[in-house]
Amino acid sequence: MNLVESIRIAIRSLAANKLRSALTMLGIIIGVAAVIALMGVGRGASAAIDQQINSMGTNLLFVSPGSLNQSGVRTAQGTAQTLTYEDALALDDPERLPAVAAVAPQVEAMGQVVYMGNNVNTRILGVTAAYSPVRNYTVQDGEFITDAHVQAKSSVVVLGANVAGTLFPDASPVGQTVRINNITFRVIGVLTAKGGSGMGNQDDQVIVPITTAMARLSRSRMGAGNVISQISVQVVDAQQMDAAVEQISAVLRERHNVRYEDDFTIRSQQDMLESATAITDVLTLFLGGVAGISLLVGGIGIMNIMLVSVTERTREIGIRKAIGATRRNVLAQFLTEATILSVLGGLIGVVAGAGIARLISGLSVGTMTLQPVIAPDSIVLATAFSLAVGLFFGIYPAFRAASLNPIEALRYE
Amino acid sequence: MIEIENITKIYRMGDVEVRALNGVSLRVDAGDWVAIMGPSGSGKSTLMNVIGCLDQPTAGSYRLDNVEVARMNDAQLAAVRNQKIGFVFQTFNLLPRTTALANVELPLVYAGRRDRRERAIAALQRVGLGDRLHHRPNELSGGQQQRVAIARALINDPAIILADEPTGNLDSKAGAEIMDIFRQLHAQGLTIVMVTHDPDVGRQCKRIVHIRDGQITADEKTEGRA
Repeated sequence: MNLVESIRIAIRSLAANKLRSALTMLGIIIGVAAVIALMGVGRGASAAIDQQINSMGTNLLFVSPGSLNQSGVRTAQGTAQTLTYEDALALDDPERLPAVAAVAPQVEAMGQVVYMGNNVNTRILGVTAAYSPVRNYTVQDGEFITDAHVQAKSSVVVLGANVAGTLFPDASPVGQTVRINNITFRVIGVLTAKGGSGMGNQDDQVIVPITTAMARLSRSRMGAGNVISQISVQVVDAQQMDAAVEQISAVLRERHNVRYEDDFTIRSQQDMLESATAITDVLTLFLGGVAGISLLVGGIGIMNIMLVSVTERTREIGIRKAIGATRRNVLAQFLTEATILSVLGGLIGVVAGAGIARLISGLSVGTMTLQPVIAPDSIVLATAFSLAVGLFFGIYPAFRAASLNPIEALRYE
Repeated sequence: MIEIENITKIYRMGDVEVRALNGVSLRVDAGDWVAIMGPSGSGKSTLMNVIGCLDQPTAGSYRLDNVEVARMNDAQLAAVRNQKIGFVFQTFNLLPRTTALANVELPLVYAGRRDRRERAIAALQRVGLGDRLHHRPNELSGGQQQRVAIARALINDPAIILADEPTGNLDSKAGAEIMDIFRQLHAQGLTIVMVTHDPDVGRQCKRIVHIRDGQITADEKTEGRA
């Protein structure tokens, strides 16, 4: 008796009990569908974060203040106010720092932006003209902050796409005036929408000249009023990243009189990518694991039904043995039944999982938009796993069937 | 061809030992038609199971066509049941929800034969069921079911037919029809061993072996029903 014959017999007896076969498969279907859909969500999340980090620009380093050590008490990283506008100007020196292509400092504050009856509470970013090329910002309307605006501490603002949409639902905002923390600003441009999600939406902010922000808006006007929150540095090319880190560190250590420990941190885009990927990898693994457990439960369901089926068909097994079925034949028959249940369930599950992924695509959860990505390897993995589940949980019932004594089996009522 | 020498079969039912067969010797030659008769619990079914290679004796020797059955493994025993022996049971033992044709084909499946359909149709026609090929057992009368079972037993051209109370569940008319088929098979030269406790059935065979308490008490030739 060959495999084709086993499959034919198995299908015939599964078809004889359609409802039970369907319910048994349901466990595997749900498990595989969950694996496919949830792993798709995880993959989609990491793809979205990759895309977002890459959209920040290319070959970037981010210099932020270190932590503050006050009387032995250390505060969180970035809280120290050691980075100044002058530091940023010092880094923009092609003679001393040949690896650095451009420098874009920024200060951040939160504020209320008001136009007529509409208002939004949003992030206010003070930047220089270099911010546009370095961080990949373009305007869809009007112009970006210029060097002249920075020099003159002009009260001008570039609106993020979402802010513009909220404040000016109908008209073009360019040329209009808005009030930010009760100071009047003239709108000179609107940023092109970047999309993206999580980690501070890049369309939900307004941009002003850095000098204006430091002088008039920043909450953290400590003393000099020249404290900045971050410097984005564009490096000449990818090979010069390490050299750039060295050069920047040297300049800042000298300016800050650092003796023991740096009071600043330099992170690369690659670092951000790696830490973000680490999080989404764990997420994917976790979701896949949860789904895998339901696949396991489905497998136990198959074993349960197969055991019932063996008991119920004891007489059939006796008949088959009496007319010439070997132990192997009976084993193969029941193992094939279990495997067909699980593999068929697995295939239906893959289709269902892809369907679910498509259904939830575009759904928003918090600031995240779900964009599930169905990778071929997760399909292969889920199908192979369901095959393994069928074989593993089918072997014991099949073994029980094969080792039945034919006489007792024939006598069984 | 069937040579049984001094076999014993002991079952264990918990702590109790049951000697179902206690030193039975029997020889059945090719072409013979033997009835094994005895009251219930006499061991006649056990003897039948041993002859059919469904059960192994505890002690003694059983040689089938000069091969010692005790030395066969599972696959060899299955092959013997498939090729050399055809079973007919009191309760028919057809697969439910399966057509007459598929039931008759089944031994050919395990024999690995390809020309199953034609052979199964021919076998069913031989027992007069050429018009019932696609009926399921629950759509057939008892006599028809037993004829399907006989067709299944004959499909691999076995040398021996073992029948365990083949007419026990049938009315007398259907029973007579089944006995007619056995008479034809005997005329064709098949060896038939039949367990029964119906004296009328026994009288139609060529030889009656009486068994009681696991031992053969008498072995008589009959004239067959004239």
